[in-house]
Amino acid sequence: MISKEEIKHIADLSMLNLSEAEIEKYTENMKDIVEFANSINSLDTDGVTESAFALDSYNVFRKDEIKESFDRDLLLSNAPSSNGEAYSLPSMTV
Amino acid sequence: MEYEVVIGLEVHAELSTKTKIYCGCSTEFGGAPNTHCCPVCTGMPGALPVLNEKVVEYAVKAGLATGCTIARESKQDRKNYFYPDTPRAYQISQFDLPLCEHGKIDINTDGLEKTIGITRIHIEDDAGKLAHDNYTGGTLVDLNRAGVPLIEIVSEPDMRSAAEAVAYVEKLKGILEYIGVSDCKMQEGSLRADVNLSLRPVGSEKFGTRTETKNLNSFRAIARSIEFEIARQKEVLESGGTVYQETRRWDDEKGEGYAMRTKEEAHDYRYFPEPDLMPIRLSEEYIHHIEEHLPELPESRKARYMNELGLPEYDAGILTSSKHLSDFFEAATAACGNAKAVSNWIMVDIIRVARELGVEYDALPFTPVQLAGLIKLIDNGTISSKIAKEVFEEMVNTSKDPEKIVEEKGLVQISDESAIKEVVDRIVAANPQSVADYKAGKDRALGFLVGQCMKEMKGKGNPQILNKLILEHLQ
Ligand SMILES: [Zn+2]
Repeated sequence: MISKEEIKHIADLSMLNLSEAEIEKYTENMKDIVEFANSINSLDTDGVTESAFALDSYNVFRKDEIKESFDRDLLLSNAPSSNGEAYSLPSMTV
Repeated sequence: MEYEVVIGLEVHAELSTKTKIYCGCSTEFGGAPNTHCCPVCTGMPGALPVLNEKVVEYAVKAGLATGCTIARESKQDRKNYFYPDTPRAYQISQFDLPLCEHGKIDINTDGLEKTIGITRIHIEDDAGKLAHDNYTGGTLVDLNRAGVPLIEIVSEPDMRSAAEAVAYVEKLKGILEYIGVSDCKMQEGSLRADVNLSLRPVGSEKFGTRTETKNLNSFRAIARSIEFEIARQKEVLESGGTVYQETRRWDDEKGEGYAMRTKEEAHDYRYFPEPDLMPIRLSEEYIHHIEEHLPELPESRKARYMNELGLPEYDAGILTSSKHLSDFFEAATAACGNAKAVSNWIMVDIIRVARELGVEYDALPFTPVQLAGLIKLIDNGTISSKIAKEVFEEMVNTSKDPEKIVEEKGLVQISDESAIKEVVDRIVAANPQSVADYKAGKDRALGFLVGQCMKEMKGKGNPQILNKLILEHLQ
């Protein structure tokens, strides 16, 4: 089961400020999600090899060849703020 | 109470691939901010990472060179944390199935051999760089380094002193340079270490609580931060306090370590398998092929220098401690055929010059062939070894060929017997007291006379001929 404390912890890790009402709401939402995911436990997995992937695919590699990078202005235009060269943020301890 | 220090290291090495780990952006150091970036390495939603095959090859090379077992099946995982140097809000690393495990390397401190275990080597991507913005007081993010491939090499807690930790990193750096998987430039951050350190009472089996000091990027910083942390933990324990498990930073300018604020290190990485990247399966043939093509490692070069070239163990160890230095030695020896002389120049002068100039051995102001030229000039009697030192300094300052320096400065050694005899006659005649002293059995007087002659000839007299002529004259 999901507790309000867990929701607060996850929000903290993502640096989200949630109001008390939001915490209530997300706790309920998350309960539904986890319950839905838990339904997988009802499957009989005896004799099935453990795997992290659904596809039988492996070794998807690329050659070590340089491709042209992206236009910087275009990349920076995705950010709320930049100085024309770098993404600009409120002060972090560097 | 007597304490034993327990140290384990996590070393991060940037791999010298041409492109990043999951996209085709260049890994070149020093580009203008955010010019080696694309939707993949800036973490745009929906961008699909594709693993660079060289990253796997280089990690396997590093594993084989350090005696690791190579995983036949491996995968990548997301390590979740929120920080602006990592725009996806997760690093792609390896959690439970790293590429390499259970290796070891041998170190030597003060003549004592010791084996340090390697727990694992895994691949992951580097983060971007944050810088203070002087105009706004805010923070600027440059993602050129984001996505540069790293291997993280985790050691067992087998080291017991700062000297052992430094010897371990030096050895590891040497190996990575030799196999050509990383340029290991510590000042550029392409090799850096995290130090895990704890104390326990001597004789105790149980480990004490450890701290982790992160991101040390010089041997000096590693050694000093360890000494600092040992002293700090000792003081805490001796005053009855508790050492807390914490992440610490090292301020190299102040020479002090400090704990990061707990908020910064409130990490709960919530690893899970990276769904965008398929597992890595390595065949016996693939691993065997890499193993067969591994270049000669420092240990083997060292043995060859001792057995085939007759160099002392100490010298052979120093020469092979850096691949660049060892390559320099081999190139110069190949060009002049005098391994002992090349070794002596390196041990006495070249190491000093590199240190004074603060350069790596592949960036010295003169080439191995130029050093070989200098040695040939001594070996064929053109200049004396004393003059050679003068020529060497000039090579350091001007990068000119030694032959040219000798010619321009008129430093050719005087081997003409009649020219030397003329000087000897003059000096002996002018110093009757020294002659008398010599005849009375005072050997020092001979040295004085030789010195006076050399001075007269501005150091260019052939010392063997000069000695011979003076002795003849005195008898
Ligand atoms: Zn990219």
